[in-house]
Amino acid sequence: MRIELTVNGERHEADDVWEGESLLYALRERLGLPGSKNACEQGECGSCTVYMDGVPVCSCLVAAGQAQGRDVTTVEGLAGDDGLDPVQQAFVECGAVQCGFCTPGFLVSTHDLLARNPRPSDPEIREALAGNLCRCTGYEKILDAVRTAAHS
Amino acid sequence: MDFLAPSTWAEALAAKAERPDALPVAGGTDVMVEMNFDHRRPGALLDLTRVAPLGEWAFDDGRVRLGAGVTYARVIAELGSTLPGLAMASRTVGSPQIRNRGTVGGNLGAASPAGDSHPALLAADAVVEVESAARGVRHVPVADFYTGVKRNALEQDELISAVLIAPPSGPQQFCKIGTRNAMVIAVSAFGFALHPDRRAVGTGIGSAAPTPRRATDAAAFLAGELEAAGLWESRAALPEGLAAEFGRKVRDAAAPIDDVRGTAAYRLHTLSVMARRAATWAWDEHRRAA
Repeated sequence: MRIELTVNGERHEADDVWEGESLLYALRERLGLPGSKNACEQGECGSCTVYMDGVPVCSCLVAAGQAQGRDVTTVEGLAGDDGLDPVQQAFVECGAVQCGFCTPGFLVSTHDLLARNPRPSDPEIREALAGNLCRCTGYEKILDAVRTAAHS
Repeated sequence: MDFLAPSTWAEALAAKAERPDALPVAGGTDVMVEMNFDHRRPGALLDLTRVAPLGEWAFDDGRVRLGAGVTYARVIAELGSTLPGLAMASRTVGSPQIRNRGTVGGNLGAASPAGDSHPALLAADAVVEVESAARGVRHVPVADFYTGVKRNALEQDELISAVLIAPPSGPQQFCKIGTRNAMVIAVSAFGFALHPDRRAVGTGIGSAAPTPRRATDAAAFLAGELEAAGLWESRAALPEGLAAEFGRKVRDAAAPIDDVRGTAAYRLHTLSVMARRAATWAWDEHRRAA
């Protein structure tokens, strides 16, 4: 089937989409946007987190057809013309990236948290990021980055 | 495989009648896992996310009529004080991303014994509203809705339209055992409701039997003891040992198995503890509200 959707402000179309495939697969394999990562495919790890109609979701659990006509923002859409988003900049400055595989999901989840709650407490940060797993950092530098972004 | 995307409820019912092999999908948090892992290949996916009324809730004749497509995130944000037991259960679901997509209707459709909403719905005497194009609306008490492991009372041409839940006349509690706070499929779970208006107790057991189920004898026992001791009127403290005995009777209502998430023995133990605590917390709240 064919789907049309808006990704990062641009209209995209994809043909020959399999009816059972996920939005994540369509983004990575059909639209050339590999920023969202494919790891668990069951909503556990958060590496595929994107905004859909302004709400963070695991794109592996959205059927591609469900995204028809929707507005999707991936990690590729966070940076603006004037450079990295403050959340991305804070992750760089704080060394909150090791292997980097989980980073796109953390960036989107953090972006959403700070949009809703510009000065989150540590428990609020932990709760907001509970759906994102990192197997490298031990999370301390990620928490540093979120606090830094909140004050930037 | 086909992808069916009705935009109205009538179209959705017609599609389900025409395609009994179509698997309804709302948030996708169960269905897409099964798709991604090749565990399920239905003849069609029936996407319900474009049927706007499913995403609405309203008061209807003294009850909340919760559309089957209302997400856990919205139950938490909009119904936290109106449906406290269901909201408590909803807060324990998955992660923010999962709660943004997962729905109570989807939980009922999947009918997993481990679904987080089931114990709360059982304790609150919820009613499931289902509909088919041929026969119209049917109301199924939630205790009759679960018919087997991941099986429910839906006919092949029926869809879940809503859940009807009365706002509580007394405190509600929800407890869940897991290995950590986030992203946990329940090892065991327990829902509890005090119904002072009819001097009754509601219970719901999760992850400890082939289906979610009530602890009927335990509920009758506790309500009877509260009645016999005049506690519904006096709101005095629970007698020594009453909550613990209730917990043991809840445990006796379960029929768990050993699996990767826990042993049957552990599930039984945790149920007795959760039921004792839930009854104690709810009764203390009931006393404070006097």
